Amino acid sequence: MLAATVRVTRDLDLAEECTQDAYTHALSSWAGHGIPERPGAWLTTVARNRALDALRRAAVLRRTLPLLVMEEPVAGPAEDDLLRLIFTCCHPALASDAQVALTLRLLCGLSTAEVARAFLVQHATMAARITRAKKKIAAARIPYRVPGPDELGKRLDAVLAVLHLVFTTGHTAPIGAVLARRDLVHAALDLTRTLHRLLPGHADIAGLLALELLTDARRDTRVSADGRLVLLADQDRSRWDRAQIAEGAALLGEALRAGPPTRYAVQAAIAAVHSEAPTWADTDFTEIVGLYDVLRELWPSPVVELNRAVALGERDGPQAGLDALTPLLAEPALATYGYLSATRADFLRRLGRRAEAAGAYEEALALTDNDVERAFLTARLDEVR
Amino acid sequence: MAKYLVLIYGDEQEWANTGPQERARIEAGHRRFAATAGAAVLGGHELMPPGTATTLRQGAADRPTVTDGPFLESKEVLGGFYLLEAADLDAAIALAGLLPEVSASHSGVEIRPIREHN
Repeated sequence: MLAATVRVTRDLDLAEECTQDAYTHALSSWAGHGIPERPGAWLTTVARNRALDALRRAAVLRRTLPLLVMEEPVAGPAEDDLLRLIFTCCHPALASDAQVALTLRLLCGLSTAEVARAFLVQHATMAARITRAKKKIAAARIPYRVPGPDELGKRLDAVLAVLHLVFTTGHTAPIGAVLARRDLVHAALDLTRTLHRLLPGHADIAGLLALELLTDARRDTRVSADGRLVLLADQDRSRWDRAQIAEGAALLGEALRAGPPTRYAVQAAIAAVHSEAPTWADTDFTEIVGLYDVLRELWPSPVVELNRAVALGERDGPQAGLDALTPLLAEPALATYGYLSATRADFLRRLGRRAEAAGAYEEALALTDNDVERAFLTARLDEVR
Repeated sequence: MAKYLVLIYGDEQEWANTGPQERARIEAGHRRFAATAGAAVLGGHELMPPGTATTLRQGAADRPTVTDGPFLESKEVLGGFYLLEAADLDAAIALAGLLPEVSASHSGVEIRPIREHN
């Protein structure tokens, strides 16, 4: 509904105002006349009429709101509007934090306060960030359009990066009392699903959706009944969401058939190997190390190297894992990355090097503000002391 | 349609050291840009180096203080500009992306929307 109204106004603030107006109007009108047959269409029509009224008023007042109406009317169903809005919110001319904020605010319907909480910034800071981004969209005329085929690939990368960030932020919240933020996970899943439906045949979208579904299928087993973190190795696999795993695996197949493997598809393939293994000990770590070898080519990143070291440690033992971690200790990008310390601590613990393990656990504790993760690390620290 | 000012920035030292062959290549790039952009180019010029700039700021008794040099001192300097007319930012990016300075490691362009006063 917001997306359809933006098409008329080309002004995000005005569109938001008009859609809110429409809801208010609905409350009084529907109470008197009953709920219309197609409430969504009713609301959209009201919001768009309000927008047109506002625009006419603006014209009369000779107000120079920038670029109010598009030169050419664009036809198409509401979902096309949604797609256009996704590409506007994730335009590379906007800073990446602004892309994420706009996506959550305008496409996922989170309040500014919720977006601020999710990204650990003050409400006023987030409000200013969103306002600034909306102003730039209007002033610089960032188009409200799905990019042409020659640009689509690159622009889609930016959209998927935003969705992936929203998903991972929800899957393991960087701060707070709970491990996961379900609202962000749902927001990312819904939008990725929509994108997959609207832009079929893109291996990257299918790959990301597969990755999200396979990862999220473990949601009920990641924290124990008394609120403690449960590692992948110790999770009750009978409680993984098998229907969701099947859907993710099918999408992964689709992604791999659509073309050469993409970053998200390989990540999904790694998740799929875990999903298929009956236990942690029975996991095919040779295949997982092989997949990380492919992934590091597609996406050279110290985080990938860290995860590959974990898999190596499972395949060849903790000493091999520790050796693979050593070069990463000098990596500036990982200097404050708590998972590096935690992984190192775990290898040292398994090698019986308790004093060094304790030091690494302390380091990991200093680097996370998530209460569930902190409790887990504290328990491990007590074990090696 | 909207108007954009495309500001061409680069390393002053690198530009000063540009040889004749490289200079010819850059100029050919601008001719190709102009041919592709056509009527979208409303104006544009290469600027003399910032050492030739004069800056005026508020002074005493309604007389500006005149100083030698650019408004902001920096390694990267404004070397030229185009005024473009384009349907939207994507169209402006597509045109400005053709400029030879975009494909050199020490330079780049900034696209600024023009505020229209009706």
